[in-house]
Amino acid sequence: MNLLTAQAPAGVPRSGKGLALGIWRFVVMALVLALSLAVTPVAVAQADPDREMTTAAPGITADQWRQVRSGETGPNYRDSRHDSNYSLINSSGETWRHIRNRWVSPFGLIAIGGTAALITLFYLIVGRKELEAPRTGRLILRWSLMMRALHWTVATLFLTLALTGLNLLFGKFVFRTLFGDAVWAWMIAASKVLHNYLGPIFGVLLVIMLVSLIKENIPKWHDWVWLKKGGGMIGKKHVDAGFANGGEKGWYWLLASVGLMVVASGFVLDFPNFDQSRDTMQWANVIHAVGALGITAVSLGHIYIGTLGTEGALEAMTTGYVDETWAKEHHNLWYEEVKDQTIPEEEVAARKSSGTGAGPSATRTS
Amino acid sequence: MAQMKFMCDAERCIECNGCVTACKNANEVPWGIQRRRVVTLNDGEASEMSISVACMHCDDAPCMAVCPTDCFHKTDDGIVLHDKDLCIGCGYCLYACPFGAPQFPQTSAFGERGKMDKCTFCAGGPAESKEEEYEKYGANRIAEGKLPLCAEMCSTKALLAGDAQDVADIFRQRVVQRGHKDGAWSNNPQASTDNLAYDAAQKG
Repeated sequence: MNLLTAQAPAGVPRSGKGLALGIWRFVVMALVLALSLAVTPVAVAQADPDREMTTAAPGITADQWRQVRSGETGPNYRDSRHDSNYSLINSSGETWRHIRNRWVSPFGLIAIGGTAALITLFYLIVGRKELEAPRTGRLILRWSLMMRALHWTVATLFLTLALTGLNLLFGKFVFRTLFGDAVWAWMIAASKVLHNYLGPIFGVLLVIMLVSLIKENIPKWHDWVWLKKGGGMIGKKHVDAGFANGGEKGWYWLLASVGLMVVASGFVLDFPNFDQSRDTMQWANVIHAVGALGITAVSLGHIYIGTLGTEGALEAMTTGYVDETWAKEHHNLWYEEVKDQTIPEEEVAARKSSGTGAGPSATRTS
Repeated sequence: MAQMKFMCDAERCIECNGCVTACKNANEVPWGIQRRRVVTLNDGEASEMSISVACMHCDDAPCMAVCPTDCFHKTDDGIVLHDKDLCIGCGYCLYACPFGAPQFPQTSAFGERGKMDKCTFCAGGPAESKEEEYEKYGANRIAEGKLPLCAEMCSTKALLAGDAQDVADIFRQRVVQRGHKDGAWSNNPQASTDNLAYDAAQKG
């Protein structure tokens, strides 16, 4: 009975209740000991490795693998990687690869190549849109210096982003074999850095540009007519246009919708430090690529019409002024509003040489 | 030519993380990168199972297919390696990978990704010298005629590495011994018969 006496606290008289508890403990312990002795021979007999394997753990079922494939994790999912929020199997990765490689990539090339081919064909067959009447020599201010600076900054950034973006999607099929690894490594690294660092600046400037041009781009009924008549190409008649014609407004609203989506998805991809999930970035990438390829294809049209395609269009965005005839032929409704503000060519030239040309103080007249 | 593969026998893995540690040690993997991870499903429940995952060196590797710089290549042994000189850290391989193998050191501002790091099957990678190879990619045990350290050190031999045929044979034997009627992997009603027939053939 040493066991029982040892359990009694020193100096405290043992009560009757304490004694009864002590005896119970002794009985239970003896029973456990006797039972374990009796069971041991059976356990030894069962230690056959083959049989143990079949009973030690329940087999992993096909259902469990299905659960893994579907990306289900459950509350008792553990991953030993410190920052891991990944499921065991990333099934969406294969979907993303399929969308990107089988659909976005080839059809993006078709969209851009096709647009370029159509424009070339159009230029060869129809040719440049010349002014119908001779120039009057009287100019109207169309774009302030501020707007021109903004336009060309956004345009330069756009072209850089488009070219580096195209390089990221298609470059490896062309330049790696053409130039070799050393040049290719430099090219593609520069593309990524330019794309990722200039992207956010483009995004901010695009928003500023969209805000400052919204007043001129509110859709009107005559814009719908303009679009239906293909800007005057169908029916060979003049169609009404305000400061911005139907096509320009279409380009504006394309940038204001798809363009902003491209910018937004670009931010998701550019800043992976907000713990956005892999799936989010996959979708952002698809939206970004589809939107950007589409806008790049349409931008070819904007560039063509603004440079080669239309006489007098480029000078509006370089000098800021357009000829009275150009305004009358292309933006008749706007011309009606501003025809009393024409300035003779010589005066504009004199202003420019004296350095007080269409500076920031000159307001855009619309 | 061999076709190197990893296989983790989920019924043997005891979640000791020995493979993770062995890998970090063999390859001097940088801080924040863990090329191998152990995933436990239904932890603490009767159906608990663990599996060790790293790059599985896919036959049709999604990372290779989506890489904008084309920095991946497959060795004659079927190991998927990448060139850190070409990697630009775009993260596309991570989006595409089924196993979450590619990881990026994010030490610069705004979480900008550094050069991708992933399991090399302890086969190093493209470099000018052995020192440079070790610095960039870690150990090249394959060149020394050794298998990846994670599998070599696995205490329960749950993680197997080697030629696909050998790995498959070992696992097949285990399945036969365990007597799963569906062969553990499929719902093939013939699996149990097939396995017994295979086992009989092996014994000659």
